[in-house]
Amino acid sequence: MSLIEVKDLSREFTIRKRAGLLRRTSVVKRAVHDLTFEIDAGEMVGYIGPNGAGKSTTIKMLTGILVPSGGSAQVAGLEPSRRRRELARRIGVVFGQRTSLWWDLPLRDSFELLRRIYRIPDKTFRRNLEDHVAMLDLGDLLDTPVRQLSLGQRMRGDIAAALLHDPEILYLDEPTIGLDVVSKGRLREFLRALNHERRTTLMLTTHDLGDIEALCDRVIVIDDGTAVFDGPLPSLRTGGGASRTLVVDLVDEAAPIAVEGAEVVKVEGPRQWLAFPAGSSAAPLVSQVAAGYDVADLSIHEPDIEDVIRNLYGG
Amino acid sequence: MRAYWLIALLWIRAALSYPVSFWTMMVGGVLITFLDFVSIWLMFTHIDSYGGFSLREIGLLYGVTSIAFRIADMLVGSVEKIGQKVRSGDLDAMMTKPVPVLVQLCADRFELRRLGQIGQGVAVFAWAAPIVDWNPQRLGVLVMAIVSGVVIYFCVFVTFSTIQFWTTDASEFANAFTYGGNTIMQYPMTIFPREVVRSLTYLLPLTFVNWYPCLFLLGETDPFGAPGWFRFASPLAALVLVGITALVWRQGLRRYRSTGS
Repeated sequence: MSLIEVKDLSREFTIRKRAGLLRRTSVVKRAVHDLTFEIDAGEMVGYIGPNGAGKSTTIKMLTGILVPSGGSAQVAGLEPSRRRRELARRIGVVFGQRTSLWWDLPLRDSFELLRRIYRIPDKTFRRNLEDHVAMLDLGDLLDTPVRQLSLGQRMRGDIAAALLHDPEILYLDEPTIGLDVVSKGRLREFLRALNHERRTTLMLTTHDLGDIEALCDRVIVIDDGTAVFDGPLPSLRTGGGASRTLVVDLVDEAAPIAVEGAEVVKVEGPRQWLAFPAGSSAAPLVSQVAAGYDVADLSIHEPDIEDVIRNLYGG
Repeated sequence: MRAYWLIALLWIRAALSYPVSFWTMMVGGVLITFLDFVSIWLMFTHIDSYGGFSLREIGLLYGVTSIAFRIADMLVGSVEKIGQKVRSGDLDAMMTKPVPVLVQLCADRFELRRLGQIGQGVAVFAWAAPIVDWNPQRLGVLVMAIVSGVVIYFCVFVTFSTIQFWTTDASEFANAFTYGGNTIMQYPMTIFPREVVRSLTYLLPLTFVNWYPCLFLLGETDPFGAPGWFRFASPLAALVLVGITALVWRQGLRRYRSTGS
């Protein structure tokens, strides 16, 4: 059985609108509908989609905050909405834009309180604190009240806090939002190490495709409440009608190159751009071009993942 | 309970780490609530009795309701700020922890400095206490009244704050019943129309906090003719209110969990 099992999961909201002085109409909005996926222990899954696509609603249902209006969800063998507090001991949740630390208290006190609330054994607590504090570079910040921390420092604190009780799953909602390049890089490195060394399952929602490329083996794309893509990152590039580009630098200017399986999309002096389906190999194309023309240089450009995803949303 | 004190203790420690600010706030709280009773005292420089009650008798009513109310106020912590916690997303964070949300809300921002306000209630009570002819029964009724009173006010705080799950800006509405209720109970019920006293017995049973028990302490019968056993019924009123509060709270949380806002 998978660690996370979601089947036909749906959540509808009723939105009441004023229609005239006293009359009100209600509109049913489907935030998530018929969502189905499974995540195995040890996976790192990117959960992406445009604003309002249903990402947060899904995470809230998987943590037990929201009760689904249809379908089912099982996390670590528990039904989240019914066994919310029990599940809380087995998962960690980090919301990027807010903190679950105690605002006016130093990090150390927040950690200590969590140790008691979760009844974390001393040995586990000390080991986790040492490991995570060192790796997240929090050593000098333990005695600073949370409100005085920078965004990046607070995020690191939040992640360390969410991991103290050895959760099997870590949900991260926009973990790198607002962070600078260096902080982002460090955080990604930490998460990768966490997944490798402790086999912690990671599910992260993000707008930053850099996070996905750096971390995730698998991507689930959600649009309008339903999954429009679920698979490994490389096949996201090949699927969705994306194309790769072969850039050819000829020795002399020439008429557009005519070869099978590709078409010229742009010509600029001796340089020509040839588009070909992302699913096919570049090798036959390269040999055809090299055989027919005087080539000075060649390079292949992978499709931009943002374009691919934009295509998915549009379709 | 254990979690409540763990979180509360943390806030106490945090408050005590700024001792100057802690003591200023505490003394300030005492002074403000002290002025509150001074206004009643000033009134008595012109009159000898109000609603048939002397200043010390009113002091007794005032003391009992204040002690109960201020203790409850200290225990409910951030419950009054549910709406704000919903908007900031803090409530979501609380729901991902293995402690009941109500416990976390109550323990959040536990304010030890409210001990000052409780102290003021105790002081007024101590000043008024000599008019009671104390015996073990009366002492028993007093303890029962204060414990029940804390529970009753606690329930009123929670019930009316829960409304914020439906309309997030209802905190002022709740204040009318909590702080407003306490202010009304500082006066003898004889100054109010019968309908008000009835409402405060059967709808919002605040009269069980101090009015009926104090009648017993003073050896009086109810001028409105309420049954004699009402004077001992405070725990019953508290129990009924606990039941209602639990229901309302569950409904509120259920609503939140199906709307997410």
